[in-house]
Amino acid sequence: MSESVFGRSQVEREAALLTELTELTEHHRANSVQYDRILSSLGIEQGQRFDSLAELPWLPVRMFKTHELKSIPDDEVFKVLTSSGTTGDPSRIYLDKDAAAVQPRMLGATLREVLGGKRLPMLMVDTISIIKNRRSFSARGAGVLGMANFGRAHVYALDENDQPDVEAVKGFLEKHGNEPFLIFGFTFMVWQYLYEVAKEHKLDLSNGILIHSGGWKKLIDIAVDNGEFRRRFAQDTGLTRIHNYYGMIEQIGTVFLEGESGNSLYCPEFADVIIRNPDTWEEQPVGEPGVIEVISTLPRSYPGHVLLTEDLGVVHGIDDGDWPGKRFSVLGRLPRAEARGCSDTFSGAVAS
Amino acid sequence: MSLNDRLRGVFVDALQLDADVDVENLKYRDIDEWDSVGHMALVAAIEDEFDVQFETEQVIDMSSFKVALDMVKGFGISE
Repeated sequence: MSESVFGRSQVEREAALLTELTELTEHHRANSVQYDRILSSLGIEQGQRFDSLAELPWLPVRMFKTHELKSIPDDEVFKVLTSSGTTGDPSRIYLDKDAAAVQPRMLGATLREVLGGKRLPMLMVDTISIIKNRRSFSARGAGVLGMANFGRAHVYALDENDQPDVEAVKGFLEKHGNEPFLIFGFTFMVWQYLYEVAKEHKLDLSNGILIHSGGWKKLIDIAVDNGEFRRRFAQDTGLTRIHNYYGMIEQIGTVFLEGESGNSLYCPEFADVIIRNPDTWEEQPVGEPGVIEVISTLPRSYPGHVLLTEDLGVVHGIDDGDWPGKRFSVLGRLPRAEARGCSDTFSGAVAS
Repeated sequence: MSLNDRLRGVFVDALQLDADVDVENLKYRDIDEWDSVGHMALVAAIEDEFDVQFETEQVIDMSSFKVALDMVKGFGISE
């Protein structure tokens, strides 16, 4: 059994990550002409040393929509992941065999912290038809499948017409409700199709462990934020073990996981976040919101190891929560104009 | 029936393999049938056949027929 990936303090983590990410930056320069050109145009020399993680050059996540960025030869491309951008081109993420094998392992190592090593009976708050078309999954389908490994005896809470299947959920709870079980779904679906149904039918979810992701936009519209989500699940269904996570296809395998106390996301020790001031791009102090940069040692087949997201977030504290390291929240999307402005800078650099 | 043949039968049924597939040398994602959806069905079918339960790491690591065979043997199930 592997060791916890939530062991290192921030100082230990940064020291280890700086070495690995400096090496990774050189690796990507040596293997991706596009990436090397971007860094050169920013005035960063090959072999440059960095004194802190914040000094590492980042790519705007949007660049994976507009450029073919990969650090492997064409004949080693094993899998191309595409994101489900709501507008414009999807991101394209290139994995070789090693990268494809590593990412579920590291996702597993992260989730093991809250799930343990055993696969629990699993309630999917989705429809099985999401994975019916095997040649072309939506991002939702890929998410469901990626999580399926962590459970067994899967039951789907929605029928094939996307309607709540109350009998299926009741049947699942009769069989497995008296032992720990796993619930997975996208945040708004969990609210709409599990919370509402469980409340109406007085279902007992107190032995459940909920893992959910996907953003709060649809719930904020009905005035449900993370705190309210947790409070009402606990009050109306008995479900208290709830872990939101934040992650993106451009850093597949890396997720930032909510601790048991709630309302803070934590970085596994192969990853970190930096919050940047959207005007100066300097690192923000604890408590000051800004743009989220995500750092991970996993991307080796494509230069996605240091990415500036289009999300706003805030660090709440360091080494003072459920697990060591930074704890943070995602506050929402960056207004479009700002996001576009920052990636234009880089597009210009690449074109030259 | 030998353990190898039993496991072979589970692979053929769960992944709906054609008769000409070289099951013993099969690796995950070698063929369309053994994709992530097939993998879910396969893991469940092996667990049913041998009355065992794999841990999460084992499900992730089950990258070939041979690995699966070793894992089943690891539960103390013999010929």
